[in-house]
Amino acid sequence: MIAARLPVALQAAFTVLVTAFLIVPAVMSMLAGVTVQYSRGLSSGLTLEWVVEVWTLYSDTILRSVLIALATLGCTLTIGVPAAYGLQVTGGRIARVIEEIITLPLAIPGLAIALGMIITYGGVGSFRQSSLFILAGHVVFTMPFMIRSVMAVLGVIDLDTLDESAASLGASRWQRFIDVVVPNAIPGILAGSLTVVTLSLGEFNLTWMLHTPLTKTLPVGLADSYASMRLEIASAYTLIFFVLLVPLLAAMQFAARNRATRGRQ
Amino acid sequence: MSSRMFVALCLAPLLIVAAAFFVLPLARLVVVGASGPDGAAAYLAILTEPRYRESLVATVILAVATTVATLITATIVGLFVQRHDFPGRSVLVALLTFPLALPGVVVGFMIILLAGRQGLIGEVARALTGQRLVFAYAAGGLFLGYLYFSIPRVILTIMASVEKLDPQVEEAARALGAGAWAVHRDVILPALVPAFIASGAICFATAMGAFGTAFTLATRTDVLPMVIYTEFTLNANFAMAAALSVGLGIVTWAALAVSRSAAGTSVAAAG
Amino acid sequence: MTANGKGVSLRLENCAKTYPGGIQVLSPMTLEIARGETVVLLGPSGCGKTTTLRIIAGLIQPDHGGRVLFDGVDVTSVPIEKRNVGMVFQSYALFPNMTVAGNIGYGLKIRHVPKAERRKRVDAMMQLVGIDTLHDRRVDQLSGGQRQRVALARAVACQPRVLLLDEPLTALDASLRDRLRTDLNQLFRSLGITTIYVTHDQGEAMALGDRIVVMTKGTIAQVGTPDEIYFRPANRFVAEFIGAANILEGPLQSEVMLLPGGQLHIDGGRTGDTAVAMVRPEAIGIVSPDGASWTGRIQTKIFLGDRLRLTVAEAATSAIVVDASNRLVVQVGDRVGLTVPNGSVRLLTS
Ligand SMILES: Nc1ncnc2c1ncn2[C@@H]1O[C@H](COP(=O)(O)OP(=O)(O)OP(=O)(O)O)[C@@H](O)[C@H]1O
Ligand SMILES: [Mg+2]
Repeated sequence: MIAARLPVALQAAFTVLVTAFLIVPAVMSMLAGVTVQYSRGLSSGLTLEWVVEVWTLYSDTILRSVLIALATLGCTLTIGVPAAYGLQVTGGRIARVIEEIITLPLAIPGLAIALGMIITYGGVGSFRQSSLFILAGHVVFTMPFMIRSVMAVLGVIDLDTLDESAASLGASRWQRFIDVVVPNAIPGILAGSLTVVTLSLGEFNLTWMLHTPLTKTLPVGLADSYASMRLEIASAYTLIFFVLLVPLLAAMQFAARNRATRGRQ
Repeated sequence: MSSRMFVALCLAPLLIVAAAFFVLPLARLVVVGASGPDGAAAYLAILTEPRYRESLVATVILAVATTVATLITATIVGLFVQRHDFPGRSVLVALLTFPLALPGVVVGFMIILLAGRQGLIGEVARALTGQRLVFAYAAGGLFLGYLYFSIPRVILTIMASVEKLDPQVEEAARALGAGAWAVHRDVILPALVPAFIASGAICFATAMGAFGTAFTLATRTDVLPMVIYTEFTLNANFAMAAALSVGLGIVTWAALAVSRSAAGTSVAAAG
Repeated sequence: MTANGKGVSLRLENCAKTYPGGIQVLSPMTLEIARGETVVLLGPSGCGKTTTLRIIAGLIQPDHGGRVLFDGVDVTSVPIEKRNVGMVFQSYALFPNMTVAGNIGYGLKIRHVPKAERRKRVDAMMQLVGIDTLHDRRVDQLSGGQRQRVALARAVACQPRVLLLDEPLTALDASLRDRLRTDLNQLFRSLGITTIYVTHDQGEAMALGDRIVVMTKGTIAQVGTPDEIYFRPANRFVAEFIGAANILEGPLQSEVMLLPGGQLHIDGGRTGDTAVAMVRPEAIGIVSPDGASWTGRIQTKIFLGDRLRLTVAEAATSAIVVDASNRLVVQVGDRVGLTVPNGSVRLLTS
């Protein structure tokens, strides 16, 4: 009996260790962000001084990141949802090839994509200098997540028959898309949206190459603070990032669990 | 409007965006890669030039080590979490997957907090041995960082596969006299092989292309993405940077393509 | 509030269908359906029933040269959303994102019927199909039978010109199917819409059809009323597909067919080589073998409650099936005489 339990106990202990490895530094950074002096530990007292300082130094990067994330979401919704539907109804080899191409950004390092974009559009000054340049990169990078997420949902409903039945009731192509396709794809759209916003907020590989001094985003600012600021400020900045991120992650978990329980019914 | 036309209209914006901001830049990248003083031979420099070759080898070793360690860790943890029900299980899953959304730079910072100059491990080591242990900026730190962002992804895949296992197959094996170890060796692990291949490939590809972590840690080990970055920004050697990043892209893409045909399924490479 | 008299007459002209790849699954077919008539397309799996229905619906186009006419007007190139047809799918295809009322009212909403009017019509439809308590239910909370009724109400709510149903009862269990069959029959009569009903269940076809179109391998085998189809099948396929049939083969001498067990009188028979005829099991009577012109030996006996099913050997080239009274006393191995009333044997064109 004990022999049979031992491996489980070891497994449990290992799991706790791994969890600690993942979570302890995150907690440390959050605490460090509100600690008066990190090297003296929590006993030095708690303060919001660092957070305020981060806000004065970096508020523009935070706002820009939020705006870019929302704009990325807007683009992936307006472009990705119809495209997911188009790919689903087209099917066959053409759809597979298109899907393959648009998911390629997942397989190719962001650095390479960013270099390509700079080489191609570096000469177009106004575009290169604006946040739109970063937006374009984020849209390319997040699009496959939205499309796959929506297609996964469209794939399990009997789209063709629903479409035909709406057509038999007199609905035009457009009406069918709005009344039948989109509402039934909502779980996928929701999951895709959360992923897109989360990824855009944290995107660094592409953004570091694409940004200019006037278009810094939150992760770019983070890298900057890690390299040049005292640990407390870097931590406070990271804390703000976590505060933005955690609700998104919680919503994602909630949506996933919702879907799992509904799927089981 | 005909249905063909409507579908075309649905796809057109996507095709335009993909062409303008992905296909065209990649094509340009390939062209520029061959535009340096060495021409198309620049593509071989990644293998012939010692500096690049060493960096490639180091990166591959690091990525392979990360993949192996991650698969082992994630399998032990994933099996445990999926197979046991205990209070706080969903919280534990949330904690384990939380780093999924962290960009590489932040992961680098996490490693600094763990193993950097003011790091936790250093403090603990000093309390125990009197010696401060600092390895965040060496290969060990990089490896730890790569583990940090790889483990959550792979755990998710493994957990999903474990959930799909048919318990009756295990029960059949046990009915035939297989003990816990034999069941794992002969039934559970073989059934997880597709998940290993799929998530292992993603893990490898991500590790090959990871940039943010190495950037934050400013490691002495020159991983390939850092070399590319240096060529581009410090040396302004656009052609070489392009050639190297095309080479890197081919390696990661090939890893995923091979695993996909091996596993016979298409797997989503999560962020 | 129902769609009384709203149907159209329907004509399929030379409608063939060839799918990409060159297989012609429907040979050119011409079919005339009167206003308000209920026509059942009946045939084995894969014979082209759904294809025909989808051509009428406008979901697929017939091959070049085929035409679909509603009240004499060519609608071949009118897409389904403009044809005003009501359709009930085998899987019902209810919209999961809408309530029961939302589903039923969807066609009306598309037609910009004002909300109040729409509500009245939806309520009336729900009353009509007997689901008036389910108004705000989500469709995944409905039983199979209820879903079927919602699909039906949705299809007729817009007073379609033609009502098209593709195996609407197949997804239900047997007892429910019998009950709904009766309900459907009443509904079709009260609506008076031109209705095309696809099924491979002959019981359903007999119960519901004013006329039945029997199809096989992409062609029409016979069109007729249920009793025409049953009693006067046009050919061997129809005879064997509908109900149980004894197929008799033997040489004809004027009005008499020569069989291993004796002779059988056939009205309208003409001397010739081997002929093929059909007689239904319930048309054959069992009598004493003495003096009978056609005899056989009882091979098996199965008591079915309402009747006794016998197989009789030595009467024809293969064993024949006879449905006898459930009170008949016979033993396996008995020699019996067989009688067939005048007019119950039908000569078949192969
Ligand atoms: N899209 C298609 N492409 C090619 N062949 C098809 C297609 N749809 C149907 N067929 C073929 O056409 C033939 C007739 O199909 P149809 O669906 O009309 O049969 P059915 O009589 O409705 O059969 P069932 O009772 O099984 O529903 C079948 O052989 C089928 O395989
Ligand atoms: Mg069919």
